Amino acid sequence: MFDAEMFMFWLIASLTGLCAIATVITQNIVRSATWLLFTLAGTSSIFFLLGADFVGAIQLLIYVGGTMVLVVFGVMLTAQGPFVNMRTSGAEWAISIVAGLMLLGVLCFGLTSFQKLPTGEALAKANEAHSKQRKANDPKTSTHASTIGQALSGVGYGPIYKRMPPLLPTKDAKGNLVTLPGAPRETERIHYLLPFEIVSVHLLVVLIGAAYLARAKRRRGGKA
Amino acid sequence: MSEGVALYPYLVLGALLFTCGVICMATKRNAIGVLIGVELVLNGSNINFVAFSQYNPDFQVEGMIFALFVIVMAAGEAAVALAIVLNFYNNHSTVDVDSAEELKG
Repeated sequence: MFDAEMFMFWLIASLTGLCAIATVITQNIVRSATWLLFTLAGTSSIFFLLGADFVGAIQLLIYVGGTMVLVVFGVMLTAQGPFVNMRTSGAEWAISIVAGLMLLGVLCFGLTSFQKLPTGEALAKANEAHSKQRKANDPKTSTHASTIGQALSGVGYGPIYKRMPPLLPTKDAKGNLVTLPGAPRETERIHYLLPFEIVSVHLLVVLIGAAYLARAKRRRGGKA
Repeated sequence: MSEGVALYPYLVLGALLFTCGVICMATKRNAIGVLIGVELVLNGSNINFVAFSQYNPDFQVEGMIFALFVIVMAAGEAAVALAIVLNFYNNHSTVDVDSAEELKG
């Protein structure tokens, strides 16, 4: 049976993987940056396919729009000629390909060994959760962007969680020392306001640091 | 009703991007090539985050928020790394990482 989502996944995934491999193989840094551009665009289509529309849009805006412009500017500003070749020797290629294949094998082996495939009742429950998730990813009912905004702005999302106080040593009726949790005192929702603020300060520091590092060089003893 | 794709192929795609990034970092002698490898590694981890956010309902918002933080960090890292590469190019007139050996012990 023809499955559109399956077909789209394998199409996009194979294209993205091939572009990533081409990024590694090509010796020309301009071509490498171009292949990276296609890889990033393919990754954002994977995000759209997964239903994470907001993350996919941000990936397109920041990565494909911003970071790639930075990389291309770096290539243009540092190239001695229009096409710079810094060859890697054959032995180095052989070693790195063997090491890379071994790394890929270890990763895939780790994936298969940690993921116990559910059966019976667990399988039915997992399928139910998955179909509910797919329904939630429907663009008509999706609330991803607003949920992410609430989580980042400190309003919080999800149910109200009770924070349990630390375990306190108390004596029970017979006088034995036991540790019992006290009554839950605070209620709060999950939010990521502090990391959001830290990231904003981090970006400011990056801005200043990059401008300081890349400023026009002033030759010592010469004129400015 | 289609069953959709399982979680496993997404994780394999993430692992493939990660491995390509590691090989790229190891083999490229151009400093910007090393930077491109770092971007590939971060993209592989992002695919894992978003895939888990779809397939684990408890992790739905967290997966996407971590992916957003990774994207922001990658942008900042690319800006600083390119500034360092430009500075290095100003001093050495090359971006070959093999010629950066002043700090060699």
